[in-house]
Amino acid sequence: MTVQIAGVASTEFGEHPDSSTRELFTDAALEALADASLTPGDVDELYAGNFIGDLIDDQAHVGAMAADYLGARQAASMRTESACASASSAARSGAQAIMAGDADVALVGGVERMYAAGIQEVTDALANAADNEYENKAGLTFPGIYALMAQVYLDEFDVSQEDLAEVAVKNYENGVTNPLAQRQEETSVERVLDSPPVATPLNLGDCCPITDGASAAVLVSNSFTEEHGIETEVSFEGSGQSTDSLALQDRPDLARTRAAERAADQAYDSAGIAPEDVDVVELHDCFTIAEVLAVESLGFFERGEGVRGAVEGETAVNGRIPVNTSGGLLAKGHPVGATGVAQLVEITKQLEGRHPNQVDDSTIGLTHTVGGSGASCVVNVLRAGGE
Amino acid sequence: MQRWFIDFAERIDDGDPIYLACEECGQAALPPRTVCPECSSRALEERSLSETATVTAATTIYSSTPRYADETPYTIVVATFEEGVRLTGQLRGADEVERGDDVLLDAESDGDGHWLVTFTPST
Ligand SMILES: [Zn+2]
Repeated sequence: MTVQIAGVASTEFGEHPDSSTRELFTDAALEALADASLTPGDVDELYAGNFIGDLIDDQAHVGAMAADYLGARQAASMRTESACASASSAARSGAQAIMAGDADVALVGGVERMYAAGIQEVTDALANAADNEYENKAGLTFPGIYALMAQVYLDEFDVSQEDLAEVAVKNYENGVTNPLAQRQEETSVERVLDSPPVATPLNLGDCCPITDGASAAVLVSNSFTEEHGIETEVSFEGSGQSTDSLALQDRPDLARTRAAERAADQAYDSAGIAPEDVDVVELHDCFTIAEVLAVESLGFFERGEGVRGAVEGETAVNGRIPVNTSGGLLAKGHPVGATGVAQLVEITKQLEGRHPNQVDDSTIGLTHTVGGSGASCVVNVLRAGGE
Repeated sequence: MQRWFIDFAERIDDGDPIYLACEECGQAALPPRTVCPECSSRALEERSLSETATVTAATTIYSSTPRYADETPYTIVVATFEEGVRLTGQLRGADEVERGDDVLLDAESDGDGHWLVTFTPST
């Protein structure tokens, strides 16, 4: 059973003080359904990614809330939560429901509202993705965890903070032309290096912003497209998900994301492709170092060489393997529970040929989303050529 | 805090820290595991852990969670023990350490049930 992507949408990413978790999700879901020429009544299964709603909104049971407010009470609904990879899990779950023959239409998405809480409260909530006793309670923040990974990486591979900053420069440049991006401005190596320290060696300019936003996609079965005369241009081709130790301290190599390596292997296998077949990538650049580790774990660069992507232009829109043409988490923004589907929205637009930073002749696209410091990772593969 | 972590920290505080060793594959792990993360054996034996370790990575935190907001900047260390486990703790007795430096393991309590692993430079 092949899975087709019939419609996608993201809200603007940034600050939505007058909206709410349920309204943001509904906005994205309705737009994705309209893009698919379907209605809420068509939805069989709904998976909604959300990470910190319990803490920020005092609201759990987000799956039911999302389906209720979408006007899709007939749907089986569930929240998916795997930290920052929550929405990628939603997409994977929806595709699996269709492949299993349990659903013809799956609405998958995610939503997060972060701005309303202060920076300390958000930092506290995000730290819940880490090991509470061994990391969070010790005062290790999320940027701190990635800073530890960065320190090991910079030292072992003789990479500089300037090199890492080039990742932000590239992604900010891509964000300038993305109308939904939170930061539509360029940055420079100097600006990143001169920005306030967050957790050494990472500065504010190395970190993604806090973001309100929602994303949604409508996945449909092949038989449904045939019965209803729906034309699609992109299929959900394969997926992988894996796990690593919850705490960074339990990994043999702090600067290596094994869950991502395993998820990528699975995803490549299930899609019947190899890393060199991939034309365009949205990956989890929550911090500059994260993009470098990601391009290595996905097999695009050898260990220790990932920074070459940004420094030498290999991951630019017109490069060998374009990465984060949306601006990535760094510039597009990172509403944590929505990010995986936000990436899927961007890749779908690339493969449909309607992306603001269009990559020529792209056929195969990939999303890579990391939960926590790499304790979970989801990789989803899309292919142009629908039904 | 969870009971298992309080027990773990109190053993450090008593100068008698422990770790878990897998009798099947030799993997070193930290409490409260029932199952070896490498080979799934349940034959995990409690053994004594050294009180010195080597710094694998350290970061100075400038933007913290509310609990530590009044203490920034402070430094977090991940240190590796010869038994094969690593621990994360706050640096005491210095502002910074380098990778490869030796540190001494200790634990602090705020008297209100919150325990914290700490490291102090050993030279
Ligand atoms: Zn074992």
